[in-house]
Amino acid sequence: MSQAASLASRGRARAGPDGTRHRRRLNRVPPLIWAFLLVPLVFEVAWVFWPALNSFYISLTKWNGAGDPRYIGLRNFQMLAADPIFIQALVNNVIWVIGFGGASVVIGMCLALALNKPRKGVGLYRSAIYLPMVFSLAVTGLFWRLLYQPDGAVNTFLGAIGLEGIERQWLADPSTALYAVLIAAVWRQCGYIMVLYLAGLKGVDPALEEAAAVDGANAWQRFWQIVMPQLRGVNSVVFAITVIDSLRTFDIVWAMTRGGPYNSTQLLSTYMYQTSFTVVNLGYGSAIAVVIFLFAILFIIGYLARSGKED
Amino acid sequence: MTLPINQHALQPRPHTTPGVTLTPRRPAHPWREPLFHVGMGLVSLVWIAPLVFVAFVAFRTFTDITSNGLGSLPRSFSVDGFVTVFTDGLAGRAVWNSVIVTVSTVFFTLLFSSWAAFALSRFHIPWRRGVLLFMLAGNLLPPQILLIPVSRISESLGIADTLLALIIVQIAFGLGFYTFVLHGFMRSIPVEIFEAARVDGSGELSTYIRIVLPLCRPSLAALGALATTWVWNDLIWALTVLRTETKFPITAALLNIQGGFVSQWNVVAAGAMVAAVPTAIVFFMFQKHFVSGLAVGSNK
Repeated sequence: MSQAASLASRGRARAGPDGTRHRRRLNRVPPLIWAFLLVPLVFEVAWVFWPALNSFYISLTKWNGAGDPRYIGLRNFQMLAADPIFIQALVNNVIWVIGFGGASVVIGMCLALALNKPRKGVGLYRSAIYLPMVFSLAVTGLFWRLLYQPDGAVNTFLGAIGLEGIERQWLADPSTALYAVLIAAVWRQCGYIMVLYLAGLKGVDPALEEAAAVDGANAWQRFWQIVMPQLRGVNSVVFAITVIDSLRTFDIVWAMTRGGPYNSTQLLSTYMYQTSFTVVNLGYGSAIAVVIFLFAILFIIGYLARSGKED
Repeated sequence: MTLPINQHALQPRPHTTPGVTLTPRRPAHPWREPLFHVGMGLVSLVWIAPLVFVAFVAFRTFTDITSNGLGSLPRSFSVDGFVTVFTDGLAGRAVWNSVIVTVSTVFFTLLFSSWAAFALSRFHIPWRRGVLLFMLAGNLLPPQILLIPVSRISESLGIADTLLALIIVQIAFGLGFYTFVLHGFMRSIPVEIFEAARVDGSGELSTYIRIVLPLCRPSLAALGALATTWVWNDLIWALTVLRTETKFPITAALLNIQGGFVSQWNVVAAGAMVAAVPTAIVFFMFQKHFVSGLAVGSNK
């Protein structure tokens, strides 16, 4: 059966253009396989790519959901540029990327280095640090809301170690709310970053490090000169994931503060959601979504380029 | 700073085994091992502490919390919080909704993405790498760009405010990632296996069922564990597609519980525990699969 033959030809066709041409006749894709591909593909196009395209159009309109959207060109984007809440959300998002990314990468990498070598107890410590990442961001947010209450565990702990002076209403104080939410998000994220670095460290050649040690390099030098260069692939994946995740961040803020107090925890995604579903200003909300997309697209392309390359 | 490395020192040494102390010449510090355990023990405790605190609150009585403060050690034990969450808080209904949504989403996502991955990894589909990356790109899009149109489309199809709409949109959004991972795995299956199947006269369907699916079981398990927690944990799609509170899955219902039981912290904590425990169970049952699934993207 010529259809079945195409199964096996795949591996060899890569050998060279000659082989490919030679086997073209055998390479016909059977109808069942087209169905296998097209059902998921059409599904994704209809429910992901088509809606995404729609958002671009809606962002050029004024629309409150009832009636037809009215085309207004780039007016929404001009309004965004002068919207103080949008600017604040943008600034908060930048703080979020740096704080969330920086803290979780440093902590996650240190934990991965500490827990890399198999020894007694490592499995237990790893599980403890992994555990938070299975909870939803909404649950994480609720957990930390409890901790941050005026008479909650954080303030009680600070009081117990003699730091009553810095006790405050962490989530109600505009100067601390964003960082309080950030800490909760980092608590959950560290386990994930640790998984990625532990996987990366498996690919680090121990012989190189040993050789450097024999030659008298200390642990600090070995890390920066030997281990770090071999983690380049993981670093770029972690970077892309962190930025994409940061731009998506919604659940935890929504569960903890809904963007308040006084927009001090407003991120692009929460502002987009509020504008679209609370205020029902769909054109303006879509414009914010488009901005989020434009920020994300560079990192998405970077991630895809890496994913495609080694394939 | 530069390292004084001799060329010959860079030659790999055959006796090296990972996990063995790398500097045999320098004796390990006698305090190193205990210090490691003290340090990591502390870190682990700090990591677990928020959980323990919430669990304490969930099992305290309301009067204990109001009179002794939220942050004090528990001086009472009761399951009132859980009782309230399941009766007035409708958590039972919400958990059931979550189970329906999670089971069907995970099943159909894995089914569809294994189809697509099989087609893309083993057949000469034109531009198949482009198609694969295109599908993956869909999963990387920020969901915000889909929210308004998705809620509109589900309204115009008459499935707005149904679990079906929630299931559909989550399947569609997840497909790209799962297809990508399964594709990578299926390509690593030796060609000879498929050649042998062809010689035996096996058609595509039976190859898929009898060879591909069984061989993919480890990666299907890893993705299944991951997908279960992701779908269970979803909030934004539920808020976008659903309006009626009785249809909310547990993650979204939690926010209502939080709003409806303001300052009844034992109820709120119990609700959070109800939402968290199932994913924790999945994690402990499938920890290896779960972690290997998460690590997939890292070496690409």
